[in-house]
Amino acid sequence: MKNELLTGAELVVRGLEHLEVSTIFGVPGGAILPAYDPLYDSPIRHILARHEQGSGHMAEGYAQATGELGVVIATSGPGATNLITSLNNALMDSTPLLAITGQVATEAIGNDAFQEAFTVGLTMAATKHNYLITKASEIPQVLLEAKHIATTGRPGPVLVDIPKDILNEKAEWIEPKLLDLPGYKPTLEANPKMIQQAVDLIKESKKPLLYVGGGIIHSKANIELFDLAKKFNIPVVTTLMGRGAFPDGDDLCLGMPGMHGNYTATTSIQNSDLLIAIGVRFDDRVTANPNFFAQNAKVIHADIDPAEIGKVRDAEVPIVGDAKSVIKGIIEKLGDAELETSDWIQEINTMKEEYPLNYKQEDKGPLKVPYVLEELQKMSDEDSIVVSGVGQHQMWISQHWKFTKPNTWLNSGGLGTMGYSLPAAIGAKAAFPDKQVLALDGDGCFQMTCQELITASTENIPLKIVVFNNGNHGMVRQWQKIFYNNRFSASELTHHTPDYVKLAEAMGAVGLRMEQKSDVKDVFQKMLEINDKPVLVDCVVDPDDMVFPMVPAGGSNDVIILSEEDLKKL
Amino acid sequence: MSERILSVLVEDKPGVLARISSTISRRGFNINSLSVGPTNIEGRSKMTIVTELESVEQVKKQLNKLINVIKIVELDPANTIESEVLLMKVSINKDSQTSVIEKANLSGAKSVDVGQDYAVFELTGTSKELKKFENLLKPYGIIEMIRGGRIAIQSNL
Ligand SMILES: Cc1ncc(C[n+]2csc(CCOP(=O)(O)OP(=O)(O)O)c2C)c(N)n1
Ligand SMILES: [Mg+2]
Repeated sequence: MKNELLTGAELVVRGLEHLEVSTIFGVPGGAILPAYDPLYDSPIRHILARHEQGSGHMAEGYAQATGELGVVIATSGPGATNLITSLNNALMDSTPLLAITGQVATEAIGNDAFQEAFTVGLTMAATKHNYLITKASEIPQVLLEAKHIATTGRPGPVLVDIPKDILNEKAEWIEPKLLDLPGYKPTLEANPKMIQQAVDLIKESKKPLLYVGGGIIHSKANIELFDLAKKFNIPVVTTLMGRGAFPDGDDLCLGMPGMHGNYTATTSIQNSDLLIAIGVRFDDRVTANPNFFAQNAKVIHADIDPAEIGKVRDAEVPIVGDAKSVIKGIIEKLGDAELETSDWIQEINTMKEEYPLNYKQEDKGPLKVPYVLEELQKMSDEDSIVVSGVGQHQMWISQHWKFTKPNTWLNSGGLGTMGYSLPAAIGAKAAFPDKQVLALDGDGCFQMTCQELITASTENIPLKIVVFNNGNHGMVRQWQKIFYNNRFSASELTHHTPDYVKLAEAMGAVGLRMEQKSDVKDVFQKMLEINDKPVLVDCVVDPDDMVFPMVPAGGSNDVIILSEEDLKKL
Repeated sequence: MSERILSVLVEDKPGVLARISSTISRRGFNINSLSVGPTNIEGRSKMTIVTELESVEQVKKQLNKLINVIKIVELDPANTIESEVLLMKVSINKDSQTSVIEKANLSGAKSVDVGQDYAVFELTGTSKELKKFENLLKPYGIIEMIRGGRIAIQSNL
């Protein structure tokens, strides 16, 4: 007996249900409208964003908080082009995303039809893979493949573009099965010979250092990482994307290295004789000038993406594989070995004492972001999810917040996308309605996607937002101070416009404000008590503060600027 | 300058050439030659990509990430049979006609079209041989020339 015939649109919705998708984010429009009709009857929750960039970041936040696929749906033309920033963002940060876009009817493709954009072409370099559907019957199979590609190997965004006539065309639902993809076979299990070589180097090393990043979180390898570090006494630096992969507060945790990393983390890399790099890509924000990076160290580089190995720095031991299997393999082969790392750890501890992160909050002076963060962390839940924007505030959060669990720190690391925080936080809160989700944003970033506050209040997503209002594109101002002779070209925003409290209220959220030290506790208390609405705190902070330490772009990690005083060294 | 030749087996799907060239230009790779055509296997095409030693590792790895790329083999220079086709339109006159055609024939080129004041030659050979041929006929005035891109295959050891 033949199965009943469904429309392409019904196949899309059935296909998503079959993939166990429970929440999607999107904005409707002409070409995708057929798909919105069956969605109306589906148990899948659709969250209506106010801009497609926002919907994309929401799906990213959902995916980064859960470690599972995020799904976003948009219409053709401007819907698809608005989505591109979030696709590229997901590509850079290896976030598993499925984007479904409507396209003009097959016959109209190529004719500059109304709302036609060459979505597959435009997103080719912004996705891990993309598809243009030519028959409705392909839909279930392609959706399954798309999820498989997005979530396995090095995760990333996959886009499926579906012409409107195909959404209306009828075809049978045939249970999709994962077929062999001849060109896609990620290596998960590391080669045991390579593991042995790594272990040999580790045993010889006097100053080993685990340099770990987002790969640990994608691979859910934090427990294994913890075992490796603790059992063999190997200190750990966590990159911006790897914050939370190893618990801050542990003696062996050195935190973030690099451009705004702390002195100890950056310098430990320089002094190490063996970098055990796992799930990292030697990004320029970590290495500065790679010619001066860890010059005394041999490198073991493990990554699931072979293209990362040797891209920036040659590795003595290249290992292609999933972080979890690599670490397990190393632990097993190290067996009962005892590493003599106590002198090394002593050296590191001395650095920690000599060069702590510091800031000064005066009683009557303007608020400093690090102080506010420390107070907030004291009052918030231990497993709260922190979602940042891009700029000074992002660096301060990464420096000062103590992350103890993976998937609790969400930020735009690779692309550095302003406007990421609020929508990504909405996505995270949609995934975990019972968790505290804190969008800690800059005033500049917030203004890029602040319309999503309406999404949060109308969709009943009661997250907390702190806008660090320094009245400036602070990071831009900082560079202008250092490199452009205090000429503040186009970096000023003003503290007062918009009035963030009124803006919050206009958008159905609660607005609060803090301006001085004595406000902080009370305002946060109020913010944390309100759980039936989104709450926004306008946190007015020092407009002139700078983030240190700092290694200027292209400089050497041996020359770390620790304070404004130190700038004279440049 | 040390060249490396890659033989790239791809799925014959729409956009596959665009994906390859997008990856190449995005990553800023130097490519000396790229050619593509069908193979004896249904649904599979083969590309021959000639690049430089210093970028070959990254070219291989980045192209391998494309879902439609099935297999990349770096050909062993010592055992590679390489070929390229060239079409050249050269101007001729009464005085030069004989010597142009003679030189072309001696070089192994075929004259595929001869008119009053021009002749078209076809030559198949290595890129070096084609270059030599070009230099040989340059003095007579090349009106138009086109090369098909290098293709290569590994010989059995
Ligand atoms: C979409 C986008 N445009 C421009 C930039 C360049 N940029 C980086 S940080 C920054 C300023 C961010 O300002 P704000 O959100 O107020 O953060 P602050 O540095 O003040 O903490 C700018 C403009 C960017 N990263 N992303
Ligand atoms: Mg700011």
